[in-house]
Amino acid sequence: MGEVSRFWREAVHRYRLVGHRCGNCERTYFPPRDVCPVCHRDSVGKMKEFELSGKGTIESFTVIHEVPSPFVRQRPYILAIVKLDEGPSLTAQIVDVDPGEVEIGKRVSAVFRKIAQQGSSGIIQYGYKFVLD
Amino acid sequence: MTGALMSGIVSYGSYIPRFRIKPEEIARVWGEDADSIKNGIYILSKSVPAPDEDVATISVEAARNAIKRKKLDPRLIGALYIGSESHPYAVKPTSTIVSSAVGMDFSLFAADYEFACKAGTAGMQNVKAMVDSNLIKYGMAIGADTSQGAPGDVLEYSASAGGTAMVIGKEDVIAEINHTLSVTSDTPDFWRREGEPYPRHGERFTGEPAYFRHTLSASKLMLENRGTTPADYDYAVFHQPNGKFPTRAAKTLGFQESQYKDGLLTPFIGNTYSGSMMTGLSAILDIAKPGDRIFAVSFGSGAGSDAFDITVTDKIDEFDRHGAPTIKEQLSKVRWLDYALYSKFKKKLIVGDGIE
Repeated sequence: MGEVSRFWREAVHRYRLVGHRCGNCERTYFPPRDVCPVCHRDSVGKMKEFELSGKGTIESFTVIHEVPSPFVRQRPYILAIVKLDEGPSLTAQIVDVDPGEVEIGKRVSAVFRKIAQQGSSGIIQYGYKFVLD
Repeated sequence: MTGALMSGIVSYGSYIPRFRIKPEEIARVWGEDADSIKNGIYILSKSVPAPDEDVATISVEAARNAIKRKKLDPRLIGALYIGSESHPYAVKPTSTIVSSAVGMDFSLFAADYEFACKAGTAGMQNVKAMVDSNLIKYGMAIGADTSQGAPGDVLEYSASAGGTAMVIGKEDVIAEINHTLSVTSDTPDFWRREGEPYPRHGERFTGEPAYFRHTLSASKLMLENRGTTPADYDYAVFHQPNGKFPTRAAKTLGFQESQYKDGLLTPFIGNTYSGSMMTGLSAILDIAKPGDRIFAVSFGSGAGSDAFDITVTDKIDEFDRHGAPTIKEQLSKVRWLDYALYSKFKKKLIVGDGIE
């Protein structure tokens, strides 16, 4: 059941791309950070929740052919590093596209998708993936 | 019944998965005649959800599109009702997932509805009543489905995926809901038992005693109630289990093709069940002008119909319809599947251990 509580704790970040913005230097972090790694103690108590737009650019990507068994239905799938317009980069799947259409530099938008599920009776985990604009 | 305080649609948003399959491909596998299927039910393609899409994800995308168009603070939405017959969980409301994913407040009325294909419009009636009684400022109703059709069954040609969210309120209404009414009866035309993967249909009950009786009765009651005739409306949209039924219902009532063609989406996307009539209405709102009057009637098996008389207001001109993808834009982004990929996407294949 550890997975259930972990996903529940992170749901707001995974569902809505809620990160943190430092009230001192205005840098944005995703996933959220309690302390700004640039401002250190000056940021304490100033880290505010910030919802990212979900718009970004593909910085790098890879096509996964040797997939874990829960991903066989999606083989091959594309995993990319997406640089969000607000600054942070994150790793996410690019979906609804053939691997040949994905290129570094292409614009993407976040979508809400099923990430995983714990068998046919377990919890369904949702979160962000990206589609090409 | 006029004036600034009449409740109605203040925003709307739809989502249709981009994958499609053609009846030719389904007919090829099951040894049927594609032309007779296409002529019989007037479906040229249907939408298919991606392997990682379900009613929660479709509802979230539709809701986000509605929120984007109005730049609405989701915390002002006081109620969320989601109608579907393919909620991902038997117990664990889709509305809980959707409210969190779009950022609604903890103080929220929410529930999942099921009334075959009219659960979404039942939700619209519910949130309209809550807005009218000043219990909430805005309410959102969503109709969405990833509907099931057994392999080889005629429903496989039509059962598709998609959804639409309507936000109802009293301020900056883009389309006033002048009146709504419903009819309900115990009719065994279509059902799916708990735990069963595919629905069954009661053959002879499907047409006349179910779809037509309820759709036409609700329509006639609405015309009677409003003292109107079909000629008073610019658009008409009906539940669309296939391309033929709504066309016949419209013609029987006296509507012309020019009135019902813009809301008729089933030939291109199939039957999105709870999303069907609402997505047709969404396509009409994409193009409607101030003063246009819309006649909208849903149907849910089991059976019942919800009718709406709607007038588009001047506010639609200020409303950012292009703040989210229109139905036309969503119909243009298509990826075709063959039956093998469709079977994999829809989990129609028996797989070994470890593959979900």
